[in-house]
Amino acid sequence: MADEQKPGGSEAAPPPGSEAAGQPVKPAAEAPKPAPPKPAAPKPAPPPPKPPATMAATPWESDLARELKETFGEGISATSTYLGQNFIVAKPGSAIPILEYLKLESDFDYLVDITAVDWPKRAERFDVVYILYSFSRNERVRVKVLIADGFQPETAVGVHLTANWLEREVYDMFGIEFAGHPDMRRILMPDEWQGYPLRKDYGILQQDQRWVRENLGIESGQ
Amino acid sequence: MPDSTFLDTTELVLNMGPQHPSTHGVLRVILKLDGEKVLGTECVIGYLHRGVEKIAENRTYAQFNPYVDRMDYVAAISNGLGYCLAVEKLLNVEAPPRAQAIRVILTELNRIASHLLWLGTHALDIGAITPVFYCLREREEALKIFEKYCGARLTTHAFRIGGLLYETYDGFEQEIRDFCTMFVPHVDEYEDLLTHNRIWVGRLKDVGILSGEECKEYGVTGPVLRAAGVEWDLRKAQPYSGYEKYDFEIPIRQNGDTYDRYMVRMAEMRQSVRIMQQAVEAIPEGPIMGKVGKVIKPPVGEAYVSIEAPKGELGYYVVSDGSTQPYRVRVRPPSFVNLQALDRMIRGGLVADVVAVIGTLDIVLGEIDR
Repeated sequence: MADEQKPGGSEAAPPPGSEAAGQPVKPAAEAPKPAPPKPAAPKPAPPPPKPPATMAATPWESDLARELKETFGEGISATSTYLGQNFIVAKPGSAIPILEYLKLESDFDYLVDITAVDWPKRAERFDVVYILYSFSRNERVRVKVLIADGFQPETAVGVHLTANWLEREVYDMFGIEFAGHPDMRRILMPDEWQGYPLRKDYGILQQDQRWVRENLGIESGQ
Repeated sequence: MPDSTFLDTTELVLNMGPQHPSTHGVLRVILKLDGEKVLGTECVIGYLHRGVEKIAENRTYAQFNPYVDRMDYVAAISNGLGYCLAVEKLLNVEAPPRAQAIRVILTELNRIASHLLWLGTHALDIGAITPVFYCLREREEALKIFEKYCGARLTTHAFRIGGLLYETYDGFEQEIRDFCTMFVPHVDEYEDLLTHNRIWVGRLKDVGILSGEECKEYGVTGPVLRAAGVEWDLRKAQPYSGYEKYDFEIPIRQNGDTYDRYMVRMAEMRQSVRIMQQAVEAIPEGPIMGKVGKVIKPPVGEAYVSIEAPKGELGYYVVSDGSTQPYRVRVRPPSFVNLQALDRMIRGGLVADVVAVIGTLDIVLGEIDR
């Protein structure tokens, strides 16, 4: 019974039917084809409408925010707060002066992290995010810079030594090169690897075929 | 006569790892040596890179939860807590009090388990064989509790976004109490073996010094920072999961050398016991799961949440685009950042101390490479 039903189903999709013995595999791959739109539909659907929906951040009003705005003027596009977390959106050129100012004048002496977020549809493709903490104020602030693909932001190594490896990782994963960095090399991926894995256009199963062939001696790492 | 003989050509480049028992995983350190003296080091990492942050973008929030256990696999519960707190922040919900108390107990127990593994292997690296057996003996008791609670010993996936999945098992409280009373004398036992041991002190004192200022400069956190005289612990500075309710101290030391880091971690284990003892007596009744829908869909936004993991500040920067999958999850691993200070700590030291300094940083490569 079951055997009869299966070929019947695969005949409806004629091309693979020729392989009689291999039918359990191929029809199985072929048969669900009409179905995928349903499970797959929710995935492509959210991205197009969602990015325009923005974070419900509110303006960040404090002495520090005012002070920064006075000092950097045009260099700061916004000072906002979301879920009780404050962040500054800065122009690319003023990121390092802001980090320096925050370190020297406001005691934000601990650079917690540098990371990036890829927004391929936006003109300034990447967010570069600096997370800062001040031991004396027990306060965190994030400095966010919007940069275009190919733009080379200035390195923060001169202000915080810890930026060295963090920027290398951002370069490794996103291909953002930091100008003036003492050692701008990949850190986690192999040196000769092509492509930047955390970019959104880099598929989850994608790999550098040539590297895998040459270094591992196999056709695919999957 | 040549000006220099081979005796003067002293620079030697030595490759240590990635397959080396004292690098605690697949860490490769390239050492530049002048005789016994280390002129400089370079770390080569990434051998364990699995693309965890990429995987996060292709899983739902709940599906990604078990992956975080595989970063710092000796402190999986801390990883899970940090991730759950970050997503809860985005959802703007909090775990119920009962869940918070159980989370604190298990996380502190995990801190002890993590420190025990550190102590055992660190002593082993230095050449003391005995402590590792003692440490693993007590760690086993902690792992048994994890196993009884959630079925897994290491990659526990103990917490869920919004609270807990499992209620405690019968006798959980008593087993925690028993562990606490059993464990403190054992810490004394480790200290008997090591604290005043001449070889131990000789190998650790004034080795790999990192001052408080240097720690801040390098972003180094955790016991390494506290051993350098900076009294900073996220459980006190920015309490989460109800840590403000418990009475405990932040152990600090002043010299910032390997010996002080040992002392700080020993004291931390005692403090963890204190926290567990208080928490287990005051586990509130009530639900263990907060108001989180079946489908986790945080509003568009971003949040950075960090916790005090056994190794330092463990942070999650999560960006939501309003869909069921995170748009970006960035893990701020303490080991990765702390390892960067290795060069500063060992430059000018001796080859034999490299092993001591790697051990004292308490790194886990699964977390560094992600």
